Amino acid sequence: MANRVAIVGIGQTYHTSKRDDVNQPEMVAEAVRSALTDAQLSIRDIESVFTGNMETFEGIFLPDHGMAAEIGALGKPGFKVNTGGTTGASAVAEGFYMVSSGLYDISMVIGFEKQDCGDTTAAISAAAVPVWAKGAATGAIGEFAKQALSYMEITGGTEEHAAMVRVKADKGACRNPYAHLKLGLQSIDEVLQSPYLVWPLRLLDFCPQSCGACALILATEKKAKKIHKKPVWLADVEVVHQEPFRAGVFGDPTGKETYTQHVACEKIYKRNNITDVRKQIDMAEIYEPSNWEELNLYEHLHFCKKGESWKLIEKGITEIEGEFPVNPSGGVISTNPIGATPVIRVAEAALQIRGDAGEHQVTRDTKTAIATALGGPNWTVMFLLKRSL
Amino acid sequence: MATVTEKLEGMDVWLYHGQIYIPNTFSAGAVGSRFLIELRDKKRIMGMRCPTCNRVYVPARSICKDCFEQLDEWVEVSDKGTVLTYATDYETKSIQPTGSPIVYGIIQLDGADTGFVHMLGEVDPEQLRVGMRVQAVFQKEREGSILDIKYFKPLA
Repeated sequence: MANRVAIVGIGQTYHTSKRDDVNQPEMVAEAVRSALTDAQLSIRDIESVFTGNMETFEGIFLPDHGMAAEIGALGKPGFKVNTGGTTGASAVAEGFYMVSSGLYDISMVIGFEKQDCGDTTAAISAAAVPVWAKGAATGAIGEFAKQALSYMEITGGTEEHAAMVRVKADKGACRNPYAHLKLGLQSIDEVLQSPYLVWPLRLLDFCPQSCGACALILATEKKAKKIHKKPVWLADVEVVHQEPFRAGVFGDPTGKETYTQHVACEKIYKRNNITDVRKQIDMAEIYEPSNWEELNLYEHLHFCKKGESWKLIEKGITEIEGEFPVNPSGGVISTNPIGATPVIRVAEAALQIRGDAGEHQVTRDTKTAIATALGGPNWTVMFLLKRSL
Repeated sequence: MATVTEKLEGMDVWLYHGQIYIPNTFSAGAVGSRFLIELRDKKRIMGMRCPTCNRVYVPARSICKDCFEQLDEWVEVSDKGTVLTYATDYETKSIQPTGSPIVYGIIQLDGADTGFVHMLGEVDPEQLRVGMRVQAVFQKEREGSILDIKYFKPLA
């Protein structure tokens, strides 16, 4: 049987648009030192280091090669993964596989992105497949605009519902010391008055470009209990691949595509005997670059019945103090250092389980949480986290 | 984006030719910036010493490779050093700083424990030797760039 794997160290940088004070390796080192402090470990205790970064987004290649010293990877095994939006989650999955397999007792996974270095939309568009995609490449914003329209058409959810999700995210971000955008939104009117980027997606409907890094230290059961008094167990992991839907990457108006979220949920919920998600799981940190995608994911992760996701936000169910809190950290729409973003989802879910989330700790006692990532051609990486096994 | 067709078993197939343009801005950070400012303003080459292993890094860096220490002990190293190895490039491309030929050298500056990659100048290719002593020649107009050092020339 595979080894049990726990998170024993969590570290993240603060997030902001520009970090001129540090170069890319120095910024990543901040998260590494923070995770080591949390775990009370020395860099010498770390046996292997796995990183995640969307390298074209910073306009340099192989950034991991230039930071081996700064992240404590010198002379150690490990490599970088790059899977689009799910990059950081793929790195966490990689670390999980390595510790679970018994190859290493203690591994570190790091996601990072310094978005003041490059131009994400230029990179996505420039590097798109020339034959089919390049001429139509609009970056992520165009894809999520199509998703928002599909969502309204299919479910009957409205701009007001999306605005409620945005206000909820901001409430969380304002309480989270590491969050990037803290807007202090007072009402949905402020969201509904923000200009359209690409109709029906508004400026406040979309995530910022953030600089930041997040590191997790993973350990086997035997080591974990000695390292941290509150280890958080990575109880299950699922990675599901997909190719871009020709009809739209994140929404499927044809109704004939396979949603990777459905595949991931089917496996994870089945393996863990989860039949009533909102009852058996206490909270979720999900990857929502836009408020519209958060509504979409409520449905596809089976937090509600098909077409009813807007009712969750209308009833306040997913608020910090709600029955099933989603993204109390403020989520991706408040903070998006791309390669780090999915690592932050796992980190934030783990902090909730430890009870260490501070001002954005949810009301519901969190023993079990899920963290998900989405990206590129709508891949899904999904984690189940638990306080005890 | 240019497209051309080529024959493959009697059928036209399309090939797409293009170039990718990705803008970037790379911050040197506070430590890297101070190194560049010293070059520009004082023609000084600065290193950083690790208090644990005593190694002196040039250019200055903020973290020790071996000890993982956060470094802040600045030391000035000599503008003179020894060529550890070199290579001559007779076919330079537009991204390179000068025309052909460019002699690249790895130079260990006196007082440094690391190799420093730069160019060698005022040197006859026949004259090049591993172990030769060289000295930095600075640009008259300096802008805070590693190329504020024009090249290293042989010491007479």
